[in-house]
Amino acid sequence: MSNSYDKRLKEAINRYWKRNVTIMAILLFFWALAGLGAGVLFADSLNAWSLGGIPLGFWFAQQGSIIVFVVLILIYAILLNRLDRKHHEELAAIGGTEA
Amino acid sequence: MSVQTWTFLFVGVTFGLYLVIAWLARVSDTKGFYVAGQGIPAAANGMATAADWMSAASFISMAGIISTLGYAGGMYLMGWTGGYVLLALLLAPYLRKFGHFTVPDFIGDRYHSNTARIVAVVCAIFVSFTYVAGQMRGVGIVFSRFLEVDVNVGVYIGVAIVFVYATLGGMKGITWTQVAQYWVLITAFLTPAIAISLQYTGAAIPQIGLGSELIGEGTALLEKLNQIHADLGFASYTEPFIGNWDKLNVFCVVLALMAGTAGLPHVIVRFYTVKNVAAARWSAFWALLFIAFLYLTAPAIGAFARYAMLDSLHGKTEAELPEWFHSWEQTGLILWLDDGDGTLSYTGTDTNEIFRSGNLGTGHVAQIKEDHVRWLSGDAAGRDGRAVLRQAGLSGPDRDIIVLATPEMAGLAAWIIAFVAAGGLAAALSTASGLLLVISSSVAHDLYFRIVNNDATEGQRLLVGRAVIGVAVIIAGILGIYPPGFVSQVVAFAFGLAAASFFPVIVLGIFSRRVGTVPAVAGMIVGIGFTAMYILGSVYGGWSHWAFGIGPQGIGVVGMALNFAVTLSLTPFFPAPDQSIQELILSIREPEGAGPGLNIDRSAEAD
Repeated sequence: MSNSYDKRLKEAINRYWKRNVTIMAILLFFWALAGLGAGVLFADSLNAWSLGGIPLGFWFAQQGSIIVFVVLILIYAILLNRLDRKHHEELAAIGGTEA
Repeated sequence: MSVQTWTFLFVGVTFGLYLVIAWLARVSDTKGFYVAGQGIPAAANGMATAADWMSAASFISMAGIISTLGYAGGMYLMGWTGGYVLLALLLAPYLRKFGHFTVPDFIGDRYHSNTARIVAVVCAIFVSFTYVAGQMRGVGIVFSRFLEVDVNVGVYIGVAIVFVYATLGGMKGITWTQVAQYWVLITAFLTPAIAISLQYTGAAIPQIGLGSELIGEGTALLEKLNQIHADLGFASYTEPFIGNWDKLNVFCVVLALMAGTAGLPHVIVRFYTVKNVAAARWSAFWALLFIAFLYLTAPAIGAFARYAMLDSLHGKTEAELPEWFHSWEQTGLILWLDDGDGTLSYTGTDTNEIFRSGNLGTGHVAQIKEDHVRWLSGDAAGRDGRAVLRQAGLSGPDRDIIVLATPEMAGLAAWIIAFVAAGGLAAALSTASGLLLVISSSVAHDLYFRIVNNDATEGQRLLVGRAVIGVAVIIAGILGIYPPGFVSQVVAFAFGLAAASFFPVIVLGIFSRRVGTVPAVAGMIVGIGFTAMYILGSVYGGWSHWAFGIGPQGIGVVGMALNFAVTLSLTPFFPAPDQSIQELILSIREPEGAGPGLNIDRSAEAD
């Protein structure tokens, strides 16, 4: 196999890994913001507001954070499965891989 | 029909169902035994994961804890569901590509060391046992109330049942059984929640009921609760960071639960049971969605139960007390020591008359009650039982009874009450059997096959696996009879230990290509050693919480930080992993790509 083939394969794999890590980092930022942030660190200040009769900090700790988590995993599944497809297309374009 | 008859009926029918499923799905090879032959659809796998996940701690104990702690109870909700996100994003897809059965296997191969493997096996077994002990205790509590037997007898019954279907079915049997158990436990949890919400607020959705006005009171539920709490000297229900639960401790417990969840061996293995990585991601989403149904309902049950309990106990005389109080009083999980005026007082101050027996033996409790009666009659030999129990930290009813007692408090139909018992058992048994499988696979695969006897046949390994389940279930039963605390507290320790041992080395194993063997092993030993020592010291040794005032439940975070610190600071002094490990890391970073596809047969048999 030629060097340029190896190089392009390596680049494709690196690109995939970087995109993967970026998606993960963004989602984990919102994860920390909802759970550790709104649910714990800012809970006392957020309690000044209320949502449907429930103090907001309390609501985030016992309801809101969980809803955010479910949504985050849904987004992750959609984005990553799409990224996988794209990656496979790139690999197919380079040619000669097992995928 | 009476509650007890209904309980026998529901428990009998659901158990029969589980056993039939386990029998139909029984397996004869190790692949099917441990990872179900990878033939489980994503949604079904998600449901099984949810049942596996939602243990007795989630079902029986969590709403009870929320009910007692108010805001701070939310740390269990956030910790466990948030941990699930970490697991799905940071670990599961990569461990899946790696393609081995167990976490110790990953650690052993990634760090190319049998020492690392053994340390990881010991951590896995230790964590799993702590967790199983909590489940067995939960089973004991359910049986003690509904079959009117002693808590210990309840544990024996649970041990026998778990043993039968965990050894018979293996992972495939367990997966389909857990799908059935999910339906039982979620229906059992939601039915009383909806009924009680309708009764108190008229809202059919408990999460809306939580924020609604109480019928006939004109005030919102939470506002009314805060009012009653203030009147009776309890801390506010919705205000955060009061008493022991300051911001630092809540933060640490949430983080320890999150990281520990990600390191818990029995849930990671679930990601191996679907066909491809895309299905594994969908399965993770389904699982958290199914988990969320229960987790979003628990806070509503907690608040309603709190209101119902204060409303039906405080200020009542012996004759006015509801029937549920008397049935639970027999179990010793709730006690009333009157001050002589014949009226029950349940408060957050010294006038409180409601207690629980905790770890005290029945003889000890009887003695305290006897002394208390003497003290009331003015006998000098008597002693105020309230002061004795208050000093022992046993004020208030046992939290673990709250979910089970809520339908009774709200006066719901007998069949609902019985159904909740069946749900509690489903939750406890599904988790216990999943965990026992992890213990068995750790010993049979990682210790016996990989280290002791490399030539073991399929039959020998299955036999060892089943024998280990037998031994493990008995040890778990003993731990259930002599529990070191509340169900959810014990479970929180397990998560702290997992956070301190596995989490850092798995994450670094995937995301760093530089970290080598010695630093990782040193980090694991320091992390779990420190955490275990601190927990034991705080619970049994009477240590003050010397590490920044952090309690034993949150200390896993410090253990985890130490683990990271030790591993990372030693890394520059030790060699990077060799070429074959580098390739392994590159291959798992591409969950489904150019590298060789996942092949469990090859990976399990060839090396």
